[in-house]
Amino acid sequence: MATGIRDKVAIIGMGCTRFGERWESGAEELMVEAYEECLNDAGIDKDKIEAAWFGVAAEEVNVGKSALPASIALRLANIPVTRVENFCATGTEAFRGATYAVASGAYDIALAIGVEKLKETGYGGLPDFGMAGSYGLHSFWFPNMTAPGCFAMLGSAYSERYKVEMGELKKAMAHVSSKSHANGILNPKAHMRKAVTEDKILNAPMIAYPLGLFDCCGVSDGSAAAIVTTPEIAKSLGKKDFITVKALQISLSNGEEMQYNEWDGAHIVTTTKASAKAYEEAGIKNPREEISMMEVHDCFSITELVTMEDLHISERGNACKDIMDGFYDLDGKIPCQTDGGLKCFGHPIGASGLRMLYEMYLQLHGRAGERQLKDPKIGLTHNLGGFPMMNVCSVAIIGKHDA
Amino acid sequence: MVGITSYGGYIPRYRLNRMIIVQNMAWLLPPMMAVAQGEKSVANWDEDALTMAVAAGYDCMTGRDRKALDGIYLASTTLPYVDRLNSGIVATALNVPEEGVTNADFCSSQKAGVTACISALQAVGSGEKNNVLVMASDQRCTKMATMYEMFLGDGAAALLFGKDDVIAEVMGSFSLTCDFVDHYKGRGKEYDYTWEERWVRDEGYVKIIPKAISGYLKKTGMDLSSFDKVIFPCYFKREHMNISKKLGLDLSKVQDNMHEVCGDTGVAHPLVMLISALQEAKPGDKILMASFGQGCDVIGFEVTDKIKDFKGPKGIKGSLENRAELDSYQRYAKFRELIVADLGLRGETYGNTALTTLWRKRKVILGLVGGKCTKCGTPQFVPQDICVNPKCKAIHSLEDYEFSCRTGKILTYTGDMLAASIDPPAIYGLITFDEGGRMFCDFTDCLLEQVKVGRKIKMSFRRKKKDNIRGYHGYFWKAVPQVEQ
Repeated sequence: MATGIRDKVAIIGMGCTRFGERWESGAEELMVEAYEECLNDAGIDKDKIEAAWFGVAAEEVNVGKSALPASIALRLANIPVTRVENFCATGTEAFRGATYAVASGAYDIALAIGVEKLKETGYGGLPDFGMAGSYGLHSFWFPNMTAPGCFAMLGSAYSERYKVEMGELKKAMAHVSSKSHANGILNPKAHMRKAVTEDKILNAPMIAYPLGLFDCCGVSDGSAAAIVTTPEIAKSLGKKDFITVKALQISLSNGEEMQYNEWDGAHIVTTTKASAKAYEEAGIKNPREEISMMEVHDCFSITELVTMEDLHISERGNACKDIMDGFYDLDGKIPCQTDGGLKCFGHPIGASGLRMLYEMYLQLHGRAGERQLKDPKIGLTHNLGGFPMMNVCSVAIIGKHDA
Repeated sequence: MVGITSYGGYIPRYRLNRMIIVQNMAWLLPPMMAVAQGEKSVANWDEDALTMAVAAGYDCMTGRDRKALDGIYLASTTLPYVDRLNSGIVATALNVPEEGVTNADFCSSQKAGVTACISALQAVGSGEKNNVLVMASDQRCTKMATMYEMFLGDGAAALLFGKDDVIAEVMGSFSLTCDFVDHYKGRGKEYDYTWEERWVRDEGYVKIIPKAISGYLKKTGMDLSSFDKVIFPCYFKREHMNISKKLGLDLSKVQDNMHEVCGDTGVAHPLVMLISALQEAKPGDKILMASFGQGCDVIGFEVTDKIKDFKGPKGIKGSLENRAELDSYQRYAKFRELIVADLGLRGETYGNTALTTLWRKRKVILGLVGGKCTKCGTPQFVPQDICVNPKCKAIHSLEDYEFSCRTGKILTYTGDMLAASIDPPAIYGLITFDEGGRMFCDFTDCLLEQVKVGRKIKMSFRRKKKDNIRGYHGYFWKAVPQVEQ
């Protein structure tokens, strides 16, 4: 009988670059920046790392294939390095690989590192990596779509499904974004650090109806890393308040949303599944009471809005109310996007999942500076890759080892 | 009895008022003002001769068995491929059987549509074929500030030739071929090269068409006065009348050249005019159809009693009624690639196209053939080896299921300003078919403000990809929100 990952692996070091339009740095330099901080934080010698997992998603517009870019940039000691890619869950997948490797007993200490250098394409927004390879059947029939357009469709369907006037929905979406911008101001590593009012958000140019400019996250370069080991080794290294992994779940669409007749278009099937399994794995009975804080995949404001329901925290159709009540604000019951989220960090795909874990890690250690929460115990991170009708979802829960 | 057993028409939804062309371009060509009456039909940016032919073909086959077709003839001077059977693409889009069907393209002359009809009636008349579908379509590109820009519209027509339930019996045909070059288009050229209008009129239309009609009357022993409608294309309205006078025709018997409602639709035009006439015809009417282009082909018809009960296709009349004004000359010019506007770097990401995949999945891609599970009955697109119904998941259980003629509703949608598009925003969404099955697809022929959750849609065959580097034109289906309902 499988017993899950809860408390089997400890995170002893993390690092994260400043995210932004890092014109001066390539993926190689960004990785070193995150790795150096991570190593110093862990306080271990480089050669103690026995295996590594490397996450990069849009490799065709930055580092290219294989795990060699990480192995060479970090001068790893001819150890096994595996490249993983699973859309926006890529960073979390790298973390999952390293975590499972340690939990299996195959290695004592493993590294997870994710990077994405998105600003080499010459245009705004994510590269059209889904369509770049024009050989599969998808390329013959998928619409001429982009990420904002696909997620915008959640808004059209949500408004209809729950009879929420588009104006009201847009207000809640605006609050989602303005809240994250307010948090981002407090974070020196965030890409965007300016307050944005809800009025400005509501009056911004349309990108993909009903999403305006400020309903969309930025596009940035960045890297983040984690070093994991067993709780026993963490103790032996003198770590007292170390953080352990409570749950790691992935859920993928099987085509039902897009091809079968039941999905309402107003929620994410995989998030409901992955989060329910994660709570079970972590021993969480009532997430609304037990989760201290979250970093969710706010690629677009509407995504964060429906995610609050899909994570079983807001009741169906009730996310707008919770959002407007300030439930997810920095001083709310479950602060969400305490570091500013994708909204302020942008979304260097391979790094995002690890960047989210980094914020939870800092908060749990009381090292989150001006945005520090009071005594958080359990943090949840969530990634959603692909599109509402066809996606990859990851949910990770970490917490204090004795929580 | 050999003759027409069905007809179908397609005039694209967009119409450009000729005064808009005048306002923008008459400074360069003042004489264009003389022909600025009415409007011309304009193919949307994702339409071409091939897609319009498919639309006309589907209209013609409304309520009829496409599996019974054994000939597919496609006539046009503006087909996307010089060496790839265009009628084969159309046949795949119509999901016509591949075996036992003769497909052919009729090209290189404005009279090719009527030539294709003569070939079809010969094939049926000889007993070699039973049901031959002829489609004629043109989407001729014209330079800015030319008389052609004023005269020419876009459109397609389809005629089904057979022996059963004939609505218009064929009364013989006559062909005249001569190398009269009023215009030509050399290999690799985008635009026609045209000669002086006066000569084209006086030595071309006014002499050749009457000569061919005389030939027809002599061959068949018929008298022109016995015909109730005479159809011939001629985009000069005045010469259209002059030819009629020369033939001694009562002007009420001359089929209007449709300058004001769509313009001259090229190879399709004699058929477009014939279908317009058939839609007004009564049993016993005799109709003469002639073409023009390096000669003239003539066919005579007599309308039968069956016309009274004939229904199904929208024809040209129904297609003309479905209209929306294209209120910008700039948009028209961009649709036809007359102006160079930047699509942005995002628009550059096309690679080549896997012809292997296209071959394996040709029914899915061109025919919009999905699957229906033989175990649970669930229609689904795209068809896969394992049924999508979570309670079924049967393996290898799907049988072919056509989605092309099915209606549906919009489940959700967006208008995307980021996607590289000729006509932003790119509108797309998820649709559910009324009889089950759903699809994520582009929408077309609509404005964002006309799109609503729950609005009805129909499917339309469109150009999905135009790879100018490799000369590849890719096709798929889009949803058309039904604005008038």
